[in-house]
Amino acid sequence: MQPGKGTGSSERTDMAPQGGLIGSDLGAREGTQDDVQRAWTVLMDVMDPEVPVVSVVDLGIVRDVSWHNGHLHAVVTPTYSGCPATEFIEQTIEEALVNAGFDNPVLKQRLNPAWTTDWITEKGREQLRAFGIAPPVGSASKRSLLSGEDQVNCPHCGSEHTERVSEFGSTACKALYRCNDCLEPFDYFKCI
Amino acid sequence: MTKYDDLIEYLLRVGDSAVVKGQRLCEWCGNAPALEEEMALMNVGLDLIGQARNWLDYAAELIDDGRDADQLAYCRDERAYRNLLLVEQPNGDFAVTMAKQFFYDAWQYHMLQGLVESSDERVAAIAAKALKEVTYHLRRSSEWVQRLGDGTEESHQRMVAGVEEVWRFTCELTVGDEVEQRLAEAGVIPAPEAIAEAWKATVSEVLTAATLTVPEEARSFYLNGRNGVHSEHLGILLAEMQFLQRAYPNATW
Repeated sequence: MQPGKGTGSSERTDMAPQGGLIGSDLGAREGTQDDVQRAWTVLMDVMDPEVPVVSVVDLGIVRDVSWHNGHLHAVVTPTYSGCPATEFIEQTIEEALVNAGFDNPVLKQRLNPAWTTDWITEKGREQLRAFGIAPPVGSASKRSLLSGEDQVNCPHCGSEHTERVSEFGSTACKALYRCNDCLEPFDYFKCI
Repeated sequence: MTKYDDLIEYLLRVGDSAVVKGQRLCEWCGNAPALEEEMALMNVGLDLIGQARNWLDYAAELIDDGRDADQLAYCRDERAYRNLLLVEQPNGDFAVTMAKQFFYDAWQYHMLQGLVESSDERVAAIAAKALKEVTYHLRRSSEWVQRLGDGTEESHQRMVAGVEEVWRFTCELTVGDEVEQRLAEAGVIPAPEAIAEAWKATVSEVLTAATLTVPEEARSFYLNGRNGVHSEHLGILLAEMQFLQRAYPNATW
């Protein structure tokens, strides 16, 4: 399958090695397992722009890192089809890799399998909660499609007495809730 | 109107419908009855624009004449748009908007469920992603139809009028044409009859729960969005949406 490529981002192909000769391919070299491991460590520090405490790795956006034809390749899966942060995230990832010394890293978008909140790590969920966003409840793969929402606890006081204010919040990935005990409004990271 | 291969025609139908629906929803920006509602409508619109981009990216690659998804969206005339008549209809009041949204969401939901099984991997991948989002859209619009239909006398009347206003355009959701039949036979898309049956079942269930009468099946008439024969509303919508790219070709920021 060809990766879906964002409009206006056709320049991404320019990052692929130019020319047929490895000799003319600037910065190409043999990669090792250590390089791949180091790339993962670098990406652990790249934060999501909307939730600046959770890394793109813990959100499950980075699907694969590998070494091909002299360059580091990273595969990313966007969260929502219309997420306006997608291009920004990809740009940030690329910059972080370049700054860490990876020459001309190749970024690829993968749509299938579709991103799911099940991919958010335990650490990521804890960080969401600490940031004031209730993490997704339950597993997206097990829920019946039109069922109601699960019990969402307040990320501030832990209360179970919460109510949904709106199915959609400040971004596509969140819904808006309110705690009936501490009265604080909060975002809930929707389970999809 | 240029006729393309079946798959391209279909990608344009689905993609164009999402563009136009997204654009219509944006008209509510600054006008919605409540802040939370406004955020919800804009988020649904954003999801649809994202889905449209995925469909039109693929269409542009297959058309392969140098145009990209942006050019397909911003530089094609009304007659070259393949969107459903339903989505180009004006928003009207909130009840009309919700009636349109609900009929469209139910159609998308059942269509995407079938497309997930498409023999075309790219179609299946885009559909799997969109289905998660559309499930949310459908739940929300179903709730609104019920809340308004089974609400006060005023809201009930408005919902009745809303359904009446757009019902005739639903014929396109339940009748497949030869392009769709051929694609269905090739396993690229689900059988139009299957989508139609599932759509009717969902619509009947929600309208009944909303204490509304399920109208008689809509019959097709002289307009045909899928073939580029639109109502008078699409041109005005496109004029606004495409203005910038038409006035300042290839402008970016």
